Amino acid sequence: MKNSKLSRRLLSTPYAAWITIFILIPLGMVFYYGLTDRTGAFTLQNVLDIMSAEHAKALWYSLGLSLASTLICFLLAYPLAMILAGMKVSQHSFILLIFILPMWMNFLLRTLAWQTLLEKTGVINMLLGFLHLPALNIINTPYAIVLGMVYNFLPFMVLPIYNALAKIDPNVVNAAKDLGAGRVQTFIKITFPLSIGGVISGITMVFIPALTTFVISKLLGGSKILLIGNVIEEEFTQTGNWHLGSGLSIVLMIFIIFNMVISSIFDREGEGTAL
Amino acid sequence: MIKATAKKVYIALIFIFLYAPIGTLMVLSFNASRTRAKWGGPTLKWYAALFENREIMQALWNTLLIALVSSLTAVVIGTVACIAIQGMSRRGRAVFMGITNIPMLNADIVTGISLMLLFISLGLKFGLGTILLAHITFNIPYVILSIMPRMKQLNPNTYEAALDLGASPIRAFFQVVFPDILPGILSGFLMAFTMSLDDFIITHFTKGAGVDTLSTKIYTEVKKGIKPEMYALSTLIFAAVLLLLLLVNKAPREKSEKTNKTGGI
Amino acid sequence: MHHKCSDLKRRVLKMKKWGTAACIAAASFFSLSGCAGSTSGENGEVIVYNWGEYMDPDAIAMFEEETGIRVIYDEFETNEIMYPKVEAGAAEYDVICPSDYMIQKMIQNDLLAELNFDNMPNAKENIGAQYWEQSREFDPENKYSVPYCWGTVGILYNKSMVEEPVDSWSILWDERYKDNILMQDSVRDAFMVGLKLNGYSMNSTDAAELETAKNALIQQKPLVQAYVIDQVRDKMIGNEAAIGVIYSGEAIYTQRENPDLEYVIPREGTNVWIDSWVITRDAPNKENAEKFIDFMCRPEVALKNFEYITYSTPNDAARALIEDEDIRNSTIAFPDLTQYSNLETFRYLGTEADEMYSELWKEVKSE
Repeated sequence: MKNSKLSRRLLSTPYAAWITIFILIPLGMVFYYGLTDRTGAFTLQNVLDIMSAEHAKALWYSLGLSLASTLICFLLAYPLAMILAGMKVSQHSFILLIFILPMWMNFLLRTLAWQTLLEKTGVINMLLGFLHLPALNIINTPYAIVLGMVYNFLPFMVLPIYNALAKIDPNVVNAAKDLGAGRVQTFIKITFPLSIGGVISGITMVFIPALTTFVISKLLGGSKILLIGNVIEEEFTQTGNWHLGSGLSIVLMIFIIFNMVISSIFDREGEGTAL
Repeated sequence: MIKATAKKVYIALIFIFLYAPIGTLMVLSFNASRTRAKWGGPTLKWYAALFENREIMQALWNTLLIALVSSLTAVVIGTVACIAIQGMSRRGRAVFMGITNIPMLNADIVTGISLMLLFISLGLKFGLGTILLAHITFNIPYVILSIMPRMKQLNPNTYEAALDLGASPIRAFFQVVFPDILPGILSGFLMAFTMSLDDFIITHFTKGAGVDTLSTKIYTEVKKGIKPEMYALSTLIFAAVLLLLLLVNKAPREKSEKTNKTGGI
Repeated sequence: MHHKCSDLKRRVLKMKKWGTAACIAAASFFSLSGCAGSTSGENGEVIVYNWGEYMDPDAIAMFEEETGIRVIYDEFETNEIMYPKVEAGAAEYDVICPSDYMIQKMIQNDLLAELNFDNMPNAKENIGAQYWEQSREFDPENKYSVPYCWGTVGILYNKSMVEEPVDSWSILWDERYKDNILMQDSVRDAFMVGLKLNGYSMNSTDAAELETAKNALIQQKPLVQAYVIDQVRDKMIGNEAAIGVIYSGEAIYTQRENPDLEYVIPREGTNVWIDSWVITRDAPNKENAEKFIDFMCRPEVALKNFEYITYSTPNDAARALIEDEDIRNSTIAFPDLTQYSNLETFRYLGTEADEMYSELWKEVKSE
């Protein structure tokens, strides 16, 4: 028994070293840059700059669009995950893989393809015109950005919810039904609460990348809407003000930590929710 | 009956939504015109040109190599980490899992930049090696998240029993623990491989001279218009993976109806 | 890169033992690509950092074959992405191809080496005098740079959608073309238009002038369909928009694909830019780097690159070799700059001004 404890400690040391070097120290460097100015003196200016009119507006937009796309992802994914979880076992993995498969096509190419689909003279409008339907003009608007986010991040919502649903013991559901609970009641009282871990994990996996994206707003939003991800990206790649870029990144991390706290409240076991 | 049809329609709609852009890319790969804005008639010339293109083939090679090596390494590190975390106190576990999740939850651009800052300060030469380190780092959480739930379902006594019966820890692991967490390892590997393949931002900040992956290659091409060869390559990759999936799915179906209930992906 | 190739292949083959499905898929791709045709580089190497898609790959292969020097080729998307990588020394580059104002910044920050023109006879001989003269704006003594490509920024419009003659930036503020205008999505290029429209210098650091330009850009924003860099070309070819701000090098290609398109240099003046070869101060292979630059200045090589990328070449000898008369005498590719007034080249304005520009641009974009 003692022996195994020792070996476990031996096992944990290399991993502790790894996360220190490749996760904690790099993050420390972002904090260092974010909290200093070009001369190396300590300042809070870079972080507080989030309150300036343009940055606050960019953050506000990012929050709005990413919340909207998270909600849409959830509404689309939950029924889908339920259908998938109710299927025959032998079909599970295959159908799930079908939802991961698009990720094997490059992310940039897939998003560019939406441009070809959505443009004024694009594929969708050609089809609509052929059917004598009114044209769809959402390219270069916030709607196109939300569409791009939902498209890119939907699989991240489907998988954890599906996994949570698949784990539910069918006997529990049947028991509830036997005890006279209606379908809706069973769902509200049994199924949904048991899947909440997957839902929370899905929300995190969609909300965070949507909040920080810069590529989608560039390609589908016509760069007319400045998101906080765009601001940070431009500080690093165009203006070259790494201190401000890092400072604003620290603000984003606050949202991420907030999200982690919420997940851990719902996930007291500390088990993490499987993808 | 109506319900079953509704389900099918719903799945079909989501399916169309996910695959419409991919269909578009495939059509573009047969477009004789160099620009995506014009249809110049059907052609196969981009497929021929693709294999002549040294740079694209090199980028493909790098991409697959990085995805493979980084996800395999991440699987090894991740599995060891899972065993270690499993044996910790509740608090230690929470701390480790919290830190583990950071690269997955953090904005890609922050992860990329923070790693670039690290590599610069360590004086590492940017190249394949730095990309690999970065990919391993962001792959590990996906692996751990896939293995952890399986680990929890294990009966810890079996491992202890194996040790008591005189098995070495390594042997005990491979004989008792490994088979049970294998599905988690496989799904973790697949997830890590996919994430590595699709990553652009982190690679962008950690790559060095002359080492391109498909993503970084495409990003530089965006400035001057995507080469149709890229569409052709994507189509081929997609077709290859689909074929592989179909084969893998066909083969074990009969014999492993039960063992197939793997949870993860 | 190629000496690594066989090594990598060995490593992957070793991994094949794992026998996973993914591995097989990977290996099948590798066997298709292979490492055939790789040269060994018996005369060392040269590390080149160039814009994306900014050179005919055949030109590199020719250089490798002739000199036995292996070319390690890397690409960047913007000057600003290139700069920190070079400054940090994270990757050691020999030859880089930055734009005018960035060369000035690199000279100021002591990142470049003086060139030995005796090793580059083709550069001295073939690059036209006017381009050396223009380079003085950012390289006052012509000590650090050799022009590679140049051009103007102008308006590309679709004759089937715009009926009146176009000769002024003000058309980009015309209500009739609402939602049909494509603007450049980069700070300096966008402000160039705003400043020139109001008759100011595009290198202005005057707060009041910049404020006027910013207000003009904000006023324009509702009319703009999208801010893009790369996709002006595809969108104009596909008739997505009527008017776009574009680099002259793209104009020839777009006209070839869509004959309705026309390119003009507005009368208020514009940006004349040059991208030039430079060698880094600590270049590990300086001699090879000079050989590389010299090779690229050969008339037939410069012609090859011109035909591949369609950006104007400053290489007079190469221009004389262009067979298609229309292109050789094209006023788009080779405009007579003396006919236009108020032409300028970007200058590096310093950190403070850079931050002011970026701040104002953010105000435009977040409007």
